Amino acid sequence: MTATHGTEEWRRLSTRMLVIHPIQELLRAWPVLIGLVFAGTAGGHGSWWSLAGAAFVVGAGMLRWFTTTYRVTPEQVQVRKGFVRRQVLTVPRDRIRTVDVTANALHRSLGLAKIEVGTGRTDRKDDGVKLDALHAVEAAGLRDELLHRPAAGPPQAAEVSAPPRQTLLARVPTGWVRYGPFTLTGLVTVGVIAGVAGRAANEAHLDPGRLGPLSTLLDRWERAPVTAEIAMLVAALVVAVAVASTIGYVLAFYRFRLSRNSAGTLHITRGLITTRAITIEERRLRGVELSEPLLLRAVRGARCIAITTGLRVGRGAERGGSLLLPPGPRKEAQRVAAEVLGDAAPLTCPLSPHGPRATWRRFSRAVGVAALIVAASLALWALGVLPPWAWQLSLALPPAAALLAFDRAYALGHAVRGATLVSRRGSLVRRRSALSCDGIIGWNLRRSFFQRRAGLATLVATTAAGRQRVEVQDVELGEALRTAEAALPGLLTPFLQR
Amino acid sequence: MQSTEAGLRPPRHLVSRKAIGYWTLRALAGWLIPLAAQVIWMLQDEGRLSWHVAGLVLTMVLAAAHVVIMPQWRFRVHRWEATPEAVYTQSGWFNQERRIAPVSRVQTVDSQRGPLEQLFGLANVTVTTASAAGPLKIHGLDHQTARRLVDELTEGAHGDPGDAT
Repeated sequence: MTATHGTEEWRRLSTRMLVIHPIQELLRAWPVLIGLVFAGTAGGHGSWWSLAGAAFVVGAGMLRWFTTTYRVTPEQVQVRKGFVRRQVLTVPRDRIRTVDVTANALHRSLGLAKIEVGTGRTDRKDDGVKLDALHAVEAAGLRDELLHRPAAGPPQAAEVSAPPRQTLLARVPTGWVRYGPFTLTGLVTVGVIAGVAGRAANEAHLDPGRLGPLSTLLDRWERAPVTAEIAMLVAALVVAVAVASTIGYVLAFYRFRLSRNSAGTLHITRGLITTRAITIEERRLRGVELSEPLLLRAVRGARCIAITTGLRVGRGAERGGSLLLPPGPRKEAQRVAAEVLGDAAPLTCPLSPHGPRATWRRFSRAVGVAALIVAASLALWALGVLPPWAWQLSLALPPAAALLAFDRAYALGHAVRGATLVSRRGSLVRRRSALSCDGIIGWNLRRSFFQRRAGLATLVATTAAGRQRVEVQDVELGEALRTAEAALPGLLTPFLQR
Repeated sequence: MQSTEAGLRPPRHLVSRKAIGYWTLRALAGWLIPLAAQVIWMLQDEGRLSWHVAGLVLTMVLAAAHVVIMPQWRFRVHRWEATPEAVYTQSGWFNQERRIAPVSRVQTVDSQRGPLEQLFGLANVTVTTASAAGPLKIHGLDHQTARRLVDELTEGAHGDPGDAT
């Protein structure tokens, strides 16, 4: 309630940001600062230059606190920022879809939190209001203020007096860490670490072979046969990725809780070191997606992702904040998706398969490409460009492609259940998307030359939420039109041939 | 259900016939650059004249085929239709794409005219919805038709309350 009397005033970020901004800027600018040291050493003033650079960066960081102010009026949220280029960002309050409260280690040590307000304009970057950072309590208060109160209009006494209730929909027990190794999120981390370590060793003229225990290990390794070498390398890589993925899983999803607020929002909190609290307006939710990457599918796991306007999916569901349930048991993911949708049928109902022609198309494409690669490597070997093991290795491709094609064909399916369009596709990442028909704002019917010959089409339901589209791949034309008619009756009728 | 078996008919209207001329001119202009590059290379490079001539002839044949066939073909496959309820477009030669958007979900209707298009009396119309996957583009409309279409659609889009997401 404290916020109501001061709503019209311009407010400032937390004063503690005077400490954090410079540190953040220094961390961000360290490559430049180091560059300055090296650039300056030629003239002998390297340290001075870098000190001046650091002072400038610190000053600029502190300036941000002085130049950034914000206010919340009954109609809109405004942020003023910038020193050289003054900016005023204005977001109408009825356009606010999501509020994201993040606190990294630095923020948490000082009791602060960053707040990000998401609007529906998914096509542009950086247009959202970001406040880095407020006191944690203030941030939580602002979130409630923005989402849980009617923006304008007559205040309803009953609604104000009764505090909104939270119902817990899902939490992640510690045992789910076993799904961590199967997420492959560690692949990037291991790649980056290996890259940086290799680079550093190279720069420091360090030969890993000369380090005591490593050298004996390497010696033994070098004497082993080639196949054993490769096997050991692969095993080491697999272990490293699994460990990194597990650590990533714990860092991101520690104490994950998904709850529903009776004021009409979904609330997600998670994180070990950097904590995040994401609030999604249920009015903006257009559907859910069950996603099962291949590895996760092998251990009967799945993730659940919200299809909602105002959250960008392009950056990955985890960073984008639309993740409703981290990798966990499939049954749990289905249950959570059903709870969020309010209907279990779209997630469990049988789907119509796309038939033999769609299956043939999957096979001809996957195996065809693999066969081309084999032919090319054979030809290059004959010309003496490639060594013989290249084409021998490439022989493994067609069977692998056939397996992939089989799995992709098996995944294809669609249905219209109630007022929800359901589509499933993909193998490496199998996704079952359930999109509310209200959320469909048009159809794209794509037919390539080969699809036309096979009498197939790809029906794309366009939407403002999530990935902006849900595809029903390689479905027979008649069935595609029937599906479109069932989902949005009447829209296609004037364009149908009788 | 019987009716849907028959399939989706193409949109009713072709774009303006003047667009053929415009596309031809633009395709010609596009081919001038590689042709000029080839001629310059030939003049710089003394020997192997027959190879250069052969290359030049090949480029010219390709250019001629493109300039003659493309505009005709495109004219036939680029179609559009607008009813009070929906906008319907078709485009693409090999990969055909048909897009349908309900007028109630239309967010913006733009028309653009480049300098060359103004010369030909043509205009492009772009109809966007709240989805990044669904802009409907109609290229090479007659200027008057485009203006009428924009007016019709903006009126239709205003009739519906809500933010059309």
